[in-house]
Amino acid sequence: MATEILMPALSPTMEDGTLARWLVKEGDTVSAGDILAEIETDKATMEFEAVDEGTIGKLLVAEGAQAVKVNTPIALLLEEGEDAENATVDTAQSQQPAPADKTLTSESQPAVGKDHPSPAKVAAATPEPDWPQGTKVKKQTVREALRDAMAEEMRRDDTVFLMGEEVAEYQGAYKISQGLLEEFKSKRVIDTPITEHGFAGLAVGAAFGGLRPIVEFMTFNFAMQAMDQIVNSAAKTLYMSGGQMGAPMVFRGPNGAAARVAAQHSQDYAAWYAQIPGLKVAMPYSASDAKGLLKTAIRDSNPVIFLENEILYGRSFEVPVLEDFTVPFGKARIWREGSDVTIVSFGIGMTYALEAAEKLAQEGIEAEVVDLRTLRPMDTETVIASVQKTNRCVTVEEGWPVGSIGNHLSAVLMTEAFDYLDAPVLNCAGKDVPMPYAANLEKHALVTTEEVIAACKKVCYR
Amino acid sequence: MAARKSTSKPDATAEELTGYYRDMLLIRRFEEKAGQLYGMGLIGGFCHLYIGQEAVVVGLEAAAKDGDKRVTSYRDHGHMLACGMDPNGVMAELTGRAGGYSKGKGGSMHMFSKEKDFYGGHGIVGAQVPIGAGLAFADKYRGTDNVTFTYFGDGAANQGQVAETYNMAELWDLPVIFVIENNQYAMGTSVSRSTKSPDFWERGAAYGIQGEAVDGMDVLAVRDAGRKAVKHCRSGKGPYILEIKTYRYRGHSMSDPAKYRTREEVQKMREERDCIDHVRNLLLEGKHATEDDLKAIDKEIKAIVNAAAEFARESPEPDLDELWTDIYATGEAS
Repeated sequence: MATEILMPALSPTMEDGTLARWLVKEGDTVSAGDILAEIETDKATMEFEAVDEGTIGKLLVAEGAQAVKVNTPIALLLEEGEDAENATVDTAQSQQPAPADKTLTSESQPAVGKDHPSPAKVAAATPEPDWPQGTKVKKQTVREALRDAMAEEMRRDDTVFLMGEEVAEYQGAYKISQGLLEEFKSKRVIDTPITEHGFAGLAVGAAFGGLRPIVEFMTFNFAMQAMDQIVNSAAKTLYMSGGQMGAPMVFRGPNGAAARVAAQHSQDYAAWYAQIPGLKVAMPYSASDAKGLLKTAIRDSNPVIFLENEILYGRSFEVPVLEDFTVPFGKARIWREGSDVTIVSFGIGMTYALEAAEKLAQEGIEAEVVDLRTLRPMDTETVIASVQKTNRCVTVEEGWPVGSIGNHLSAVLMTEAFDYLDAPVLNCAGKDVPMPYAANLEKHALVTTEEVIAACKKVCYR
Repeated sequence: MAARKSTSKPDATAEELTGYYRDMLLIRRFEEKAGQLYGMGLIGGFCHLYIGQEAVVVGLEAAAKDGDKRVTSYRDHGHMLACGMDPNGVMAELTGRAGGYSKGKGGSMHMFSKEKDFYGGHGIVGAQVPIGAGLAFADKYRGTDNVTFTYFGDGAANQGQVAETYNMAELWDLPVIFVIENNQYAMGTSVSRSTKSPDFWERGAAYGIQGEAVDGMDVLAVRDAGRKAVKHCRSGKGPYILEIKTYRYRGHSMSDPAKYRTREEVQKMREERDCIDHVRNLLLEGKHATEDDLKAIDKEIKAIVNAAAEFARESPEPDLDELWTDIYATGEAS
């Protein structure tokens, strides 16, 4: 029986890829381990090997085909004696995990006959983008935007340098630093040994010494090894020295869950770092924010934690074509205006927030979606102003629920906007468990769009 | 104590010897005063005295030049005085006053002086080691020939980040001198109870780093070893390790009764190996100074220390508004 050769997933987050080159042709016999094709993912070009022996009966996808979805049949492998025309195909049924049950824990009662004070005059952010009307924009991935931000700042200031594991010759474990070594040479794009605690501390020293390091953590999960240097040395020295010296530097890298990498590689540190005075924390969602905020981060004279997301790296957004585009810290962005409920999120949480808002609109609930963009400083003013309009708030994040950003926002709203609230603030967060590996469990462990929709309906008493 | 014999014929001028004597005496009297102020409740928290180890910093400062940097742990008062920081500002930081180097916000363990290239004063054992390598990295990046003296103790030498830093420092030829102040006790744990490879400088060999052990009770031996290390680093050959065998006379901190060693052990060191007595004898035997000359220096030092104590008592507590300053730097890169 013939076997279909499927487009392989070559990274935890790969959804599709380009079939760059076939290295076999129809009629070739192959044995296990022979290289069949070169496949380009968004991160790298990989060789793809045969696992079985047989004859290549048919190439189903042409060389150069782009965006070939994972699991698409790309070739037919024949057993001895078969021919391509009358081969019977054994298609193993691929099962998608069934959607998990959705539960919401918080119970709330309608607040009846509550009068609201008149909306306070707070300058709320508007849904306008961060660039002047008429500015030319281009589609760019978050990955490219981050690289451009670093390259532009390295051209602007020769004290800026990049260090981390695989940032130079390998071009970045997630290809964020692609091309930087070629332009800035090994003096400024530095491969480190696998030694997070050590190189984080070394970079802090370099910052004390007047340089502006960008430290890439292959993921923030590994930054726990460096936590003492980040918190005790980078964040606190300005204060402890009475303002004499601090650490102007950026710690950046992917944060939070990627896909199927389980408990030790999937943690969201947003709330951890947001708790530390002396640090600034940015967590962009879009490519324009990734670029504008990273440029601001590199210029900032304080240690900045810059939390990226592996799943977002490949997403494309409009980025303004401007000589020097920056996004200020502490200014939220309203992605969607609405009058019924405010959804506050940041980073990848925005994907659930925006999707939920779209679905809610179909049911007649208009959600206002606020992207915090930076968690320290946090633009609570914009959130408060929005809640004064909608009287309801749902927060969305992938991180754990205890001591979360949503918890903090709930407290802020209770303190600053209590009389405007028509319902308790609901926090949609990741479940209070280590990240499981199994696909269905992982999906359920993260926050889901359905949960956000349910929470919004709940605070709207619908 | 594996210390070597003192140099029999001192390679130092009368002026140099007098300078070392004065600098070491300043540290000792300052620390004695700090101990007193602690006892009076004027200094709070942790206070780690440097008494006994004075020759280490004074010897190495004699090998340094302008623009060289230094960073150390929480036992830092001696380092600050040796690099020329103002005793008033140091003592006022110990008492938590506005006139302190960190405006009273850092305390004994967290003090800095950009002006004197003193980069702390770090409270976490071993954390200053990669930071020191980073300072050296910055000098190399800029193309200066300055070096960074990175001090740490025998306790910190067992920290993982020290090994991580050795590896990177040699890999990138960083101009950093790792100064292991082996005073033989990591708080209450003696070297023999914390490692089976007690010659800390030899660990550099695993990373290709040269180094040596030095008699830390002999300021001239320390200075000479320092000069050798500095020459190595300045010429672009990468890091160097100096393991300086020294001894602290007081407990780990003010609250340490030091029950882990005998009174006799301490007494023997004080009587036979004291670094200040050593230079004092060289001065007198070499007829570089008379008893009266030395008395005059003692008096002068006493006056400086008393003035520092006075300043530290009189300086006001920081304004309450200081609670909220220096958390973030304003402005951005030019």
